Amino acid sequence: MITEEDVERISWLARIEIDSSKSKEYAEQLNSILDYFQQLEELDTSDIEPTYHVDDLVNVLRSDDIKPSFTQEEALENCENKKDGYFKVPGIM
Amino acid sequence: MPEWMSIRDTKHKIDNLSAEEVTSSYLDTIEKSSINAFTNINKKAIEDAKYYDKNQSDLPLAGVPISIKDNISTKGIPTTCSSRMLENYIPPFNAHVIEKLYEAGAIIIGKTNMDEFAMGGSTETCCGGTTFNPWDTSRVPGGSSGGSAAALAAGESPISLGSDTGGSVRSPASYCGVVAMKPTYGTISRYGLISYSNSLEQIGPMATCVEDIAHIMDVIAGYDNRDSTSIKRDINYSDAIINDSEGMKIGVPTELISDGINPKVEKIVWDAIHKMEDLGAIWKEVSLPTTKYALPAYYILAMSDASSNLARFDGTRYGLRVEGNNWHVMASKTRAQGFGDEVKRRILLGTYALSAGYHDKYYVKALKVRTLVKNDFDRAFNDVDVLMGPTMADIAFKVGEKIEDPLSIYMTDINNVPVNLAGVPSMSIPCGFADKMPVGLQIIGNTFDESSILRCAYTFEQNTNHHRKRPDGVN
Amino acid sequence: MSYSNTDGIMIGLEIHVQLNRLKTKMFCGCSTQYHSSPPNTHVCPVCLGLPGALPVINQKAVESAMKVGLALNCEIVEQTQFHRKNYYYPDLPKGYQVSQFDYPIVSNGKVAIEGEDGELVIRIRRAHMEEDPGKLIHMGSIDKSKGTLIDYNRSGMALLEIVTEPDIRSPKEARRFLDKLRNILEYLDVFDSDLEGAMRVDANISLQGGDRTEIKNISSHKGAERALLYEIMRQKNLLRRGEIVTMETRHFDEARGVTTSMRSKEEEHDYRYFPEPDLVPLRVKDRTEKLLQELPELPDAKKERLISQYSISDMHAKALVSNLKIANFYEEVASEVNPKVAATWIADVLKGELNYRDLTIDACKVEDIVQLVTMIMENKITDRSAVEVIRTLLDSGGNCMEIVEKKGLVKVEDNVVEQAVDDVLGENKNAINDYLNGKEQSLNFLVGQVMKKTRGRADPMIVRDIIANRIK
Repeated sequence: MITEEDVERISWLARIEIDSSKSKEYAEQLNSILDYFQQLEELDTSDIEPTYHVDDLVNVLRSDDIKPSFTQEEALENCENKKDGYFKVPGIM
Repeated sequence: MPEWMSIRDTKHKIDNLSAEEVTSSYLDTIEKSSINAFTNINKKAIEDAKYYDKNQSDLPLAGVPISIKDNISTKGIPTTCSSRMLENYIPPFNAHVIEKLYEAGAIIIGKTNMDEFAMGGSTETCCGGTTFNPWDTSRVPGGSSGGSAAALAAGESPISLGSDTGGSVRSPASYCGVVAMKPTYGTISRYGLISYSNSLEQIGPMATCVEDIAHIMDVIAGYDNRDSTSIKRDINYSDAIINDSEGMKIGVPTELISDGINPKVEKIVWDAIHKMEDLGAIWKEVSLPTTKYALPAYYILAMSDASSNLARFDGTRYGLRVEGNNWHVMASKTRAQGFGDEVKRRILLGTYALSAGYHDKYYVKALKVRTLVKNDFDRAFNDVDVLMGPTMADIAFKVGEKIEDPLSIYMTDINNVPVNLAGVPSMSIPCGFADKMPVGLQIIGNTFDESSILRCAYTFEQNTNHHRKRPDGVN
Repeated sequence: MSYSNTDGIMIGLEIHVQLNRLKTKMFCGCSTQYHSSPPNTHVCPVCLGLPGALPVINQKAVESAMKVGLALNCEIVEQTQFHRKNYYYPDLPKGYQVSQFDYPIVSNGKVAIEGEDGELVIRIRRAHMEEDPGKLIHMGSIDKSKGTLIDYNRSGMALLEIVTEPDIRSPKEARRFLDKLRNILEYLDVFDSDLEGAMRVDANISLQGGDRTEIKNISSHKGAERALLYEIMRQKNLLRRGEIVTMETRHFDEARGVTTSMRSKEEEHDYRYFPEPDLVPLRVKDRTEKLLQELPELPDAKKERLISQYSISDMHAKALVSNLKIANFYEEVASEVNPKVAATWIADVLKGELNYRDLTIDACKVEDIVQLVTMIMENKITDRSAVEVIRTLLDSGGNCMEIVEKKGLVKVEDNVVEQAVDDVLGENKNAINDYLNGKEQSLNFLVGQVMKKTRGRADPMIVRDIIANRIK
C-alpha cells in the first residue's frame, strides 16, 4: 500500500513536484496499479534465476582509442542558460 | 489523392518524376492532413530529394521518403518524444539507424507522433495532441508508434520506423491495417533511440507490405559497436521473401486467444490460420502458460528502467527548464511540468519498485517471471517454426475511451509484451476487418528467426487481399 | 615503540582514483586530456548524457582496475556487471552514475604500511569501477551560492573506488596509507597524481563509544590527516561531555580545517541500484595471468632489490622508491658512480631540495648528479659546495661544471688554507686567548675568519681541526 507520505517521499526521490493536495489522488491511482502487480505473488519463483538480458553476451569492450568530441557550441546548443562555456544552474542548496 | 506505395512503387515513381516531386507530394499530403501523424517536418527534405535527383544512384532507398518515430535521434531535426520536456530539443547527433538510412539514400520527411516517451498504447498522451486513426478518426491509431502507423495508412509516408518496447509497433500496425516487425533483441542498434526500457525495446520497421519490411531490415539491421547489446550476425532478410509456406509448423498459443477477445477478431484470426493451412502449413495448439503474468512483470520492469532513463531530464543541459530557487527545486518543477500524467505515474511506480524494501518484491520478482516467460517460448519453439495469434484482442478503441483508466490501456498490450520479455521477433500483418476496422495477425518467431516470420507473412499476404483495402480517401 | 590507541580510533578510507593515464573515458571515446582545456570541450553524447546515447566499456580501464587489484593483493571477481546508482545532482548528467554494486571487480586485498608501532597491514575490502561526475563551480560559497556553473569535461572519467577496512588507527597512519597507495598506483602507470582531482578521499571514523561519521571532500593526503585530526578532537570532546556522536556525513572545509554537518533533505539517498541494462556482464578473471606478467616491479620489491643490489641503507632505499621517477633516476646515477654516495646525495639532499621547491626530478639531469658525485668522491668540492651546486641547478639551471667554475667552488689547496690560518691567528690574539680561557665560541669565530679569507672553499671541519691543533 502506498500512503500519501510514500507519494511525497517517492516524488522527491524522483524529483517530480507534486502538489500535496494531489497526494491522495496519486496514492489511489498508484495503488490500483500495484494491486494488479500483486498477482505475481501467486507464482512460486523461489528456484528461478532472474533474467536481466535475453542474450548471453559478455565482455563487450572497446579499445582505448580517442574519438572526436563535440565543440563547445555543439555541447551547449540545446541549453539556454549558459555562461562562459559552462552550463549554468541555480545553487545546490 | 494520397496513396499507399511500396518501396518498389516509390522508386518507380521517382524514376518517372523525380525524388523532389515525390517528396513534395508527401509533404503536401501531410500538410493537408487532419490526423496529426507528425510532430515535425524535416525542413531539409526537399533539399535532400534534389540531391538524389542530381546524383542518381542505385542505393537501396535512393530518394525514398521515410518517416521516423519521434524518439529516434535525428541530427538537426527536433526529436521531442512528443513531450513538452523535449519540445525544443534538437539532437546534435544521428541515431545509428538514421545514419544507415542516409547511407541507403532515404529521405527523412519528418518525425511521427507517439505516446509521450513511448509510454502508452493509443498515441493520446502527446504534448502535440492525439493522432487519429485514418480508418475512423473517432478511434485511436494504437501506440505508442501510432503516428508512424497512421502516416502509412493515410498515405503520408511509404515507410516508417517505430520502436517496440511492449508492442509499440505491432499495436498500431494492427489498428491501422499496416505491417510492422519487432526484430530479435540486439538486431538493430539502439544507439540514438531515446530509451524507455532498454532490455525490452527494439526499433522496428513499419510499411504497407511485407517485402518492404525485409528491405528496411536489410538497411538498418546489423552490428553497431556503440550499442553493447548489439549482436554480430549477418542475415539477408530479403532472401526470406518466399511465397511458399509448405510444411511450415505453426503453433497457436491458447493463451493469446483469451477470454477477453472480441469474437469477430477471434474468427478472423482463426480464418487466417486456416488459410495458412490451405497454403500447406500445419498448425497445432501450444501453451505459453506464463502469459497472464507477463503483463505485470513487463510493466514493473519497464517502469523501473524508465524511472532511471528519464532522470536525465532535469532542465540542466537541454529541454524544458522551469526555474526554482535551488537546483533540486528547479529539477522537480521542470519534471512536474515537462512530463505528462502517464509518464509521471510510470516514473513514480518505477521509483517505488526499485526503492529500498520493495526491490525484491517487485523488480527482482519481475525478472524471475521474465525467465519463466522466456522458458515458455523456448519450449514452444521446440515443436513449431512460428506462433500465430491476434496482435490485439480487439479493434481500435475510441479516442478518450480508456485514457482515464491507465490499467485498461495496459491490458491491451497483453499479447505483445511476452515477446519483448523473451526478446524474440514478432510481426503484425493485416488479416481482415471487423466493423470496418483492420485486424492484425501476429506472427512470432524464434530468436534470430525473422526469416520464418517473413516467409509466413509474405505467403499469407500474397494469397489474401486484406492488405489491398485502404481507408476512405486513400488510393 | 608501541601504540596503545587509547581512544579506540578506527578509520576506514574510500579513495576515488581517477585512471587518468587512460587515453579515453570509461564509457566513451572522449579524450582524458582535458585538464588545461576550456569547459565542455571533451564531451560527447555519452558523457553529456544526451538522450539515446549508450555506454561501451573501455577495455583498458577494466585491465587497469584489475592490475590495481593484483598490486593490492586482491581477488578478481568471477563475473561482474555495472549497476546504476540513481540520485540527482547537477554534476551527474544522466541522473544516475554507472558504478558497481554487489560484485566489485576486485576485493579482499591487503597493503602493509609503516604503522605507529611497526608494520601494519591494512585490509582492502573492495575496489570497484565507476564514472566520474562533472565539475561544479559555485558562484559564491556552496551554501549561499548565487548559481552554479557546470563543466562536463570530467564527466565519465574512469574512477576506481578503493575501500579499506577500518584498520587505520591514527591520522598519521591514514596519510601513510594514502602515500603508499599513490606510490603503487604510479608504479602501475594507471594514474598521474599531479593532475587536479586525481585522488579524492572520503574517511569513515569512529572512536570507542561513539558512532561513525563519514568525512567527504578531502582532496589531499595532508587534508586527510588534518580532517581526521579535527574530527577526532570533535568526537573526543563530544564523548567527554557525555554527548553522543551520531552517524552522519560531514563536509571537510579545507580552508578552515574543520568538518561541518551536511544533513539536509538533498543529502538523503535511496540509490535504487539495479544492473545497467545498456551493458552486458564482464567475465575477465581469465586475463589475470596475462596481467600478472605485465605488472611492473612494485615499491616494496624495488626497495628490497635496491638494498641488495647497491648495498644502500633501508632508509635511503625507502626514500628513493617512494617516488618512481626518483628511483629510476637513482638507478641511472648509480650505474655510473658509487651507488652508496649517490643514494645519500639523492635521498638526503636532492629529494629535500626538490620538495622544498615543489619540483619533480624532471628538473634535474642524471649527468649533473653523476658529475657532482664524482667531484665529491674525488674530494674536489666540499659537501657544502655540493649543496650549493644542487640549489643553483634547481633555481637557475645550467650544468654542474659551469656552476662549480663560475662560483669558484673548486676546493682550495691545503697550503692556501694553512696560509689563511696563519694570517687569521696572527690577526686575532684576543680570540685565541678567549678560546684558551674556555670560550668555545671563539673557535667558531676563528674558523669563520678563515672561511672568509678562502671565500668558503675550505672545508670548515678541516679548518677547525687545524686551528685547534695550532693553539692547543
